Amino acid sequence: MFTIVDRRLNPSGKSLANRQRFLRRAKEQVMRAVRDASAKRGIRDIDMGGDIAISPDGIREPTLRRSSTGGQRDYVVPGNKEFLSGDKIKRPPQGGGGAGGNQGSDDGDGQDEFRFVLSREEFIDLFLEDLELPDLAKRKLAVTDAMDWHRGGYSVAGSPTNLNLVRTMRNSLARRMALHRPTGDEIKALRQEIDDLERTGRDRERLEQARLELSEALKRTQRIPYIDPVDVRYNRFAATPRPAAQAVMFCLMDVSGSMTEHMKDLAKRFYMLLYLFLSRRYKHVDVVFIRHTHRAAEVDEETFFYSAETGGTVVSTALEEMARVIKERYPPAEWNIYAAQASDGDNALSDNTKTAQLMTDAILPDCQYYAYLEVGQEGMMPGLPYGGGPRETDLWRTYKQINAGGALAMRRVTERKEIYPVFRELFAKDKAGQPAEVRA
Amino acid sequence: MTLTAFETAPLYTGADWDYDKVRRVYDAIEKVALGEMGLDCYTNQIEVITSEQMLDAYSSIGMPLFYKHWSFGKHFARDEAMYRKGQRGLAYEIVINSNPCISYIMEENTMTMQTLVIAHAAFGHNHFFKNNYLFQQWTDADGILDYLSFAKAYITHCEERYGHAMVERVLDAAHALMNHGVHRYPRRRGPDLRNEAKRARERLEHAEATFNDLWRTVPTKTGGPSPLTDRDRRRTLLELPEENILYFLEKKAPRLQGWQREILRIVRHVAQYFYPQRQTKVMNEGCATYCHYRILSTLHERGALTDGAWMEAMHSHTNVVFQPEFDDRRYGGINPYALGFAMMQDIERIATQPTQEDRYWFPDLAGRGDAMGALRDAWTNFRDESFILQYLSPALIRKFRLFHVADDARDPEMKVAAIHDERGYRAVRQALARQYDIAWAEADIQIVDVDLVGDRKLILEHHVMNQILLEEEEARSVMQHLADLWGYEIVLAEVETAGGTPLRRINVSPRVVLGGG
Repeated sequence: MFTIVDRRLNPSGKSLANRQRFLRRAKEQVMRAVRDASAKRGIRDIDMGGDIAISPDGIREPTLRRSSTGGQRDYVVPGNKEFLSGDKIKRPPQGGGGAGGNQGSDDGDGQDEFRFVLSREEFIDLFLEDLELPDLAKRKLAVTDAMDWHRGGYSVAGSPTNLNLVRTMRNSLARRMALHRPTGDEIKALRQEIDDLERTGRDRERLEQARLELSEALKRTQRIPYIDPVDVRYNRFAATPRPAAQAVMFCLMDVSGSMTEHMKDLAKRFYMLLYLFLSRRYKHVDVVFIRHTHRAAEVDEETFFYSAETGGTVVSTALEEMARVIKERYPPAEWNIYAAQASDGDNALSDNTKTAQLMTDAILPDCQYYAYLEVGQEGMMPGLPYGGGPRETDLWRTYKQINAGGALAMRRVTERKEIYPVFRELFAKDKAGQPAEVRA
Repeated sequence: MTLTAFETAPLYTGADWDYDKVRRVYDAIEKVALGEMGLDCYTNQIEVITSEQMLDAYSSIGMPLFYKHWSFGKHFARDEAMYRKGQRGLAYEIVINSNPCISYIMEENTMTMQTLVIAHAAFGHNHFFKNNYLFQQWTDADGILDYLSFAKAYITHCEERYGHAMVERVLDAAHALMNHGVHRYPRRRGPDLRNEAKRARERLEHAEATFNDLWRTVPTKTGGPSPLTDRDRRRTLLELPEENILYFLEKKAPRLQGWQREILRIVRHVAQYFYPQRQTKVMNEGCATYCHYRILSTLHERGALTDGAWMEAMHSHTNVVFQPEFDDRRYGGINPYALGFAMMQDIERIATQPTQEDRYWFPDLAGRGDAMGALRDAWTNFRDESFILQYLSPALIRKFRLFHVADDARDPEMKVAAIHDERGYRAVRQALARQYDIAWAEADIQIVDVDLVGDRKLILEHHVMNQILLEEEEARSVMQHLADLWGYEIVLAEVETAGGTPLRRINVSPRVVLGGG
């Protein structure tokens, strides 16, 4: 006798809880390893899982074992070819095969690093772990718009579609029992009895009585309804305000001739990080690409990054375009709006005032966060930290004057490797001020 | 039986398996195993799983359900990484010592592999679990799954109630001491009232029956019998020395809370459950390997297995029982499958076709004829150490070309103490048996005293054998865990077994007091 059970369809990931515990335990080491690994990776691969090697320090499982060195030991090993008893043998180097092999193999982990594979989600989670969305002035605004409906108990009034049969019938049954409403079976039995008595014709007295009982029962059935309005229950739905769980990300870029491929590449990396980050926080993230020279246009991603355009540089056109898109498609009450602008800092001199005006009046009030990334020529000294010094660009100067109280952040980048640190700096948890609530 | 005479049609052809084939094969195997080999098994439950589930099962030490702890996640992560890279294959089967006996077979395997696994696990291991005296004495196959489900629920409950961190700390500490949480001998029963009263009555009756007034006049030593010292009294009170550290903590640690004691108890029970498996690796695998080999070859002889299937089975079989020699790069100690299988076959040979030498070495066994009977006997009554000591024959020592190397750290070179010759057989056999003696391989550590009136310091002793001390760093971390559980200072003294010369002391104070309060 035996049973055969197919377990293949059992829910998988039985050891997931163990894995989470393990990652929590080894968090510090894993975080460090993730940092190291991400520094070596291209942005394109940043959201892949991967091999991680961590030091086994925090995850050792000590046991009381006898030391593997010193003392007197006895080994019995197979494969004797030339030895006679009494022969002397040199000690094999530690860890190598030979007679000490069974000894060397008992501690697999020693000083080795511990290698394992992180999944994509785990990697990104850790990668973005201590970053936080700056949640600024609009927080209150953003929570009130949409309503979520969910079940919230029962009510005595409602639409027929929401009728809860189980509850209703339960109430009905209880009431019928309490009021002694005759059941169908009882009436049927009485009818049967009367039938029998009529046919046989004996025991007239009982027949009379049965008839009486039947009419009484029928009357009672009519007086006490099967389902009374007091029994009826409806499913009740309660509404809760749903926080805005969607975001739109505007990518603004100057594509005039002065922007080199390298600068565009820097910008792209920054956008990708931002996208990755936003998509962790919001269920739905839209991306709008706006490029500009002296004219601005909303374009698709391909055009945005790879097609060349010639012309002057008028930043305000891009801002105008952005304001237009917001107005048309992304009402600020429903959308969390993020913008990242990349530029080499050039702007037509006459445009600076208009740009500042637009920023303060139209763009910044609608935005959760506006990041301005000034990209520099490769190899150019990043020596002007945050735009100080004599070579402050037009745009930098303009934005600096705006001073939007935190909603506008500005950084300068010239090298690929700076992208991630700058990104972290912009979104680091402590930078975001209060522990902002995440709306996702 | 005449059954052996006629050829039967193959039970299956081709590599793919389905339930029908498994059922047919199972029935055929059962006929051979129970009918002809006389195996005695728990009811079988065969579960089909995927490779991922196999990895899952690995990480919770093979049990179908287990409590959650990060260390299992760690093992899973490592196994998975190695498996994905192809550095390590998966075991073909896992079998659980429970009633009904659960064996896992993987869906990826071919029909021949399933056949092999069923013969190996569902009959070989199963018979061993049900009959070996260690398993009989120390494990409860009927209750283990229920107990594990209780343990899992209990620990989850504790995590919810007291927080992951608190539970994790207790489990960490308990796991570190797990190997020292087993009872090696059946324990003395505590006195119970009825028996005590009976004994007192008997003592009184005896005194009355043998009353002699003369005894009163015999002068006694002044001061009466030598009084118990404080230390003796304390040790009696606490039932010291005690080598089951977890048990001692569970019962006597002053600051632990009830749930923490229960967790220690769970870990202790699990350790106890696995204790027999650690002592019977060679026998258990030898028994299972012998069974699958014998069953499959019987089926093949009768034509129930095709030649192709037989070749495939033998391919896996030879891989499993391969023993590299010591100077081989693949050498990693003696392969329990190889040694076990060879010894089982050897017993069969000695019982049926003994040589002169065998008659001298195994007078009771040689030529006895009933090989299966002899094997079943061995499987029931031995563990690795005693099994090797009893049954390792000179022929096998020669076959494996075993030799015994003595390594004394004080000498510049190692010495070959014995080889496979007339003078060496006994020495080699003894040394090999000792390698499998858990009591010999593991450190002998006991709790010897507690400073009850003073600072409640707990004193442990490691009886050092062959001058091999404990791995210091590890010992220190384990003692740290122990101190956290005990709540007060710990002293681990390492002393020479002979003579009691102190060699080293490890003092540890608690970092956090787990018990609180």
